[in-house]
Amino acid sequence: MRERRTRLAAVLAAGLLPLSACGDAGNSYDEGSGPDVEVEEQDFEAGTRMAELQEAGSVKIGVKYDQPGVGFKTATDDAPSGFDPEIGKILAAKLGIKAEDIEWVEAVSANREPFLQNGTVDFVIASYSITDDRRKVVGQAGPYYVTGQSLLVAKDDDSINGPDDLKGKKVCSVTGSTSIKTVEEEFGATPAGFDTYSECVRQLENGSVDAVTTDAAILLGYAAENPDELKVVGEPFSEERYGIGYSKDSPELCQFINDSLTSAFEDGTWAEAFDATLGKGGADAGDPPTLDECA
Amino acid sequence: MDFSFLQDSWELLLKGFWVTLRVFFASGLIALVLGTFVAVARVSPVPAMRVVGTAYVTLFRNTPLLLLLFITYYGLPAMGIDFGFFWNVSLAAGLYTAAFVCEALRSGINGVPLGQAEAARAVGMPFTMTMTQVILPQAFRLVVPPMASVFIALAKNTSLVAALGLADLAFRLQGLLRDYPSSRTAAFLTIAAMYIIIVAAISLVASWAERRWKVESR
Repeated sequence: MRERRTRLAAVLAAGLLPLSACGDAGNSYDEGSGPDVEVEEQDFEAGTRMAELQEAGSVKIGVKYDQPGVGFKTATDDAPSGFDPEIGKILAAKLGIKAEDIEWVEAVSANREPFLQNGTVDFVIASYSITDDRRKVVGQAGPYYVTGQSLLVAKDDDSINGPDDLKGKKVCSVTGSTSIKTVEEEFGATPAGFDTYSECVRQLENGSVDAVTTDAAILLGYAAENPDELKVVGEPFSEERYGIGYSKDSPELCQFINDSLTSAFEDGTWAEAFDATLGKGGADAGDPPTLDECA
Repeated sequence: MDFSFLQDSWELLLKGFWVTLRVFFASGLIALVLGTFVAVARVSPVPAMRVVGTAYVTLFRNTPLLLLLFITYYGLPAMGIDFGFFWNVSLAAGLYTAAFVCEALRSGINGVPLGQAEAARAVGMPFTMTMTQVILPQAFRLVVPPMASVFIALAKNTSLVAALGLADLAFRLQGLLRDYPSSRTAAFLTIAAMYIIIVAAISLVASWAERRWKVESR
């Protein structure tokens, strides 16, 4: 545990270096390695959820706390870091809300829909794949990023090079997270369930499981944290389209999210946010994805 | 209510059901055997045995199961003893439940009239023989209902292992909640029904045993 913490501190410290180097500390947090997003006041139609949020001056956003590079926060951090929180800051800025006025809420996979339905959060940006079934109960705009299910294995393990090698292997997946169904049904892997990704990775490091499976984006974050022991192998074997969740009570949010994402795609803040977070693990942002039309 | 997810998921649910059953049987067996030994220790004529038995029950009955799971799951491997996920957690559930088995059984032993033990000793039976031949057979049939409760509790307690490396029913429930958020209620009911199946089976066995071993009224 101690060792892990030291490593984490090292990673965080490394993340801070470019920030101090660029000399523009401004009003950002100390953890903020993402782009400085300009806060803008827009004229929203009265009565819309956007106008309400702008009026309130704060927004509640649900993100993951246990996915380095995607959404990550330790108990001592003031605010989460990662690609998802950066997207949240971009969205908040479009509502005229500064990054420090965002109220971050930890979302785990199973509570994302209830959070939106009960109004616990205004947006869920938590490696939240768009699916038809989810769209029955909540709104999902985007995608703002497309990734795919992949495999994380020990660096010195040559026996697993892709999903086809998983037969009879112990594969870790998080309870209620990216489905282990595919590797189980199509590739014959034995599932091992855990509460958190960090626990999965710990079990991989000490050899109790052979691989960890989930979205490539999340795995790359862990591989980047510990490049001497872990590696991501094979091509992604599914398509996960990360969307931004909002309540079905406010359908007008969809167009707002799409417009905000489009402008972030165009003015480069999206790519900057990516490079400052997931990009550090060696991933390439590529072209921005094509957004789904709002109904 | 929409149960259409069953079409895609019944196979995985059955697998989860099987894992839950295996944990139940493994830990149940540990609990039954160990619990019997501890119960005998607690009524033994040797003071040291009684102390050990009492200490065991005090320790394991008063510790939350989750804590025990963490001890066998993290603690044993840290000491270089690792039986794998399955036995690590089954061991914890078994050790925990053994304390309850012991207490249920002890009430049965105390319910066997003292004259039985005295008669056994009078014909020269040593303590172990008195126990195995005379007292325990009568004690077990006295405690079928409380014992059933102990095992029913165990069956439900196994759901804690979902976070500790086993893909049991509770783990499958999490997967369903994730993949089918529009059918949450149906998912909960399905998993609940599968636990009820296990518990109903235990109750059936218990009522069969009760009838089979009924103490004839005198």
